Amino acid sequence: MDILELLKATVQFRVFDYLRELYGPNLYMEAAFDLVGILTVSTFCLLIVLFLILWERWVIARIQDRIGPNRVGKWGMLQTVADVGKLLTKEVIIPRGADKPAYIVAPLLIVMASLVVWAVLPFAPGVIGTDLNIGVFYFLAVSSASVVCLLLAGWGSNNKYALLGAFRAVAQLVSYEVPMVISLVVPILLARSMSTQSIVEAQVYPFFAVVPLSAIIFFISALAETGRTPFDLLEAESEIVAGFHVEYTGMLFGMFFLAEFISTLFMSGLFATVYLGGWNLPLINLLLSFTEIGPIEFANPDALFGLGRPLALLVFFAKMFGTYFVFIWIRGTLPRVRVDQMLDLNWKFLVPLSLVVLLVVAILDKILFSTGLATGPTGDLIRTLAHLVSNIVIFMGTMEIVRRYARRRRAENASVPVGVSAAVEQEDMKSWQPAGTD
Amino acid sequence: MYIEQFVFFILALITLLSGWFVVTDRNLFHAALAMMLTFLGVAGLYVLLDSGFLAATQLLVYIGAISILIIFAIMMTRRLMKTTEPAYNSMWQGALLISVFSGAGLVYVIVQVFGMSNYLQKPDTSDAVLNGTVVTLGEWLVSADHLVIPFEVASVLLLAALIGSIVIARAEK
Repeated sequence: MDILELLKATVQFRVFDYLRELYGPNLYMEAAFDLVGILTVSTFCLLIVLFLILWERWVIARIQDRIGPNRVGKWGMLQTVADVGKLLTKEVIIPRGADKPAYIVAPLLIVMASLVVWAVLPFAPGVIGTDLNIGVFYFLAVSSASVVCLLLAGWGSNNKYALLGAFRAVAQLVSYEVPMVISLVVPILLARSMSTQSIVEAQVYPFFAVVPLSAIIFFISALAETGRTPFDLLEAESEIVAGFHVEYTGMLFGMFFLAEFISTLFMSGLFATVYLGGWNLPLINLLLSFTEIGPIEFANPDALFGLGRPLALLVFFAKMFGTYFVFIWIRGTLPRVRVDQMLDLNWKFLVPLSLVVLLVVAILDKILFSTGLATGPTGDLIRTLAHLVSNIVIFMGTMEIVRRYARRRRAENASVPVGVSAAVEQEDMKSWQPAGTD
Repeated sequence: MYIEQFVFFILALITLLSGWFVVTDRNLFHAALAMMLTFLGVAGLYVLLDSGFLAATQLLVYIGAISILIIFAIMMTRRLMKTTEPAYNSMWQGALLISVFSGAGLVYVIVQVFGMSNYLQKPDTSDAVLNGTVVTLGEWLVSADHLVIPFEVASVLLLAALIGSIVIARAEK
């Protein structure tokens, strides 16, 4: 084994392939590779949270015209390290009467659930935990199962407020899973595959440009699924003590936060993968293919001085953190919605809209392929334009319906003086509440 | 012994032990959690059979939906913290009898169909076969020659249940 060759392979992200070539197929070696891969990705996820929290605080401070953390280390860079140190040294208090196993296992499980989904995220060509043929579906399955952790935490705390908080959290997560699943079916349908790697490769045009409505629905439900502003009413960090983890202290509490940040970053990564072309550069490649340079081939080991994989990783990170920035931006901008507004937005707006988008995309795609319009050299362009136009039409139609509804409501309330509008809202809340509560 | 067999025994042990726990534990919340573990064990068995789609479906439907529903139902109807009810009612002998018979029936059918010999042989798990399963399943579900009628009937049934539950839960005006 040549040390220089090994180093070169490491820089090129090909060290596993290199060792495989050198020693041939070997079961123990594969097991060791898997272990190293798992350790690398989870360590990355756990450590990046230190940066994410800091970044979020910086950006939000900037948006709100404050200074933000600037005391610990240069520009306050060690602030989160200090925070973690504080969390680690705090006492873990287990409330009296708590269901001890449930209480302790819940934060561990929730961190595990937020980590295992990273297995299907393609960082670069060939750099992926496992390219499951059901990749996106696997993510949906794990994230739906991880709802259990919240119930465990809420129930294990032996505190009725924690339990109520858990119920509210589960209601929100389960509701917003519906539009998320339906909107994710659209790119699966377009790519003809559930594997994340194939979805990346299928994007000649990024799916954000093909089906922007599906992307926006996914983004909104991702906001709700990760419990971030404007859907952070389960927690309302700035105003009350948190919901289902009200009893948690020290690092057990920190783990809920950790999981929240990891899954938010994962959602950004998934958005980048499914809608923005992942590690690939779809639109730029398309333009370059008309010039003499030709498209950038990240997957080709001989192109780009063999540095295709690291460069692809950079592209992917730029997209992932760019999406994450939008998450922070929204947090610094939008006010929180009320619980009835949140559920109305989901069931009366997002779910029907995503169903319409799915149906239209499915039928249109079938028509495009059966008439032969989507095949041939200009096929991709025609397909993209057709879906884009249909999306725009659906969007305008939806807006028109919403506008008419708003106009009707305004006409109904026109006779009501301004000062009474709060009372009207109260009436709204009452009509929303389930039967028998008042 | 293959590594698969080792994993199989661990998964089977988890499934059976947690299943036992579901039946015997008097704390309903713990029983529901144990039931999730049972489902997880079965999902593990699907993974072992290289049937990732079924495993993910198991996770999505049984743990993500049904178990959550059951926990909600338990929490809203029972006094959880005071569990004083007996773990068994008078029908446990009948239930035991039926379980033993259906278990024995399953074993009998499996032995009849597959014989006793080739359990050590690993089934065909080449990529072509595995990648095909999801596609085949999808095509069968919508093809008139295969499963479209049961699929549609199940859909209509679920829709009817959905509408029925809304009608029942609706406040009278």
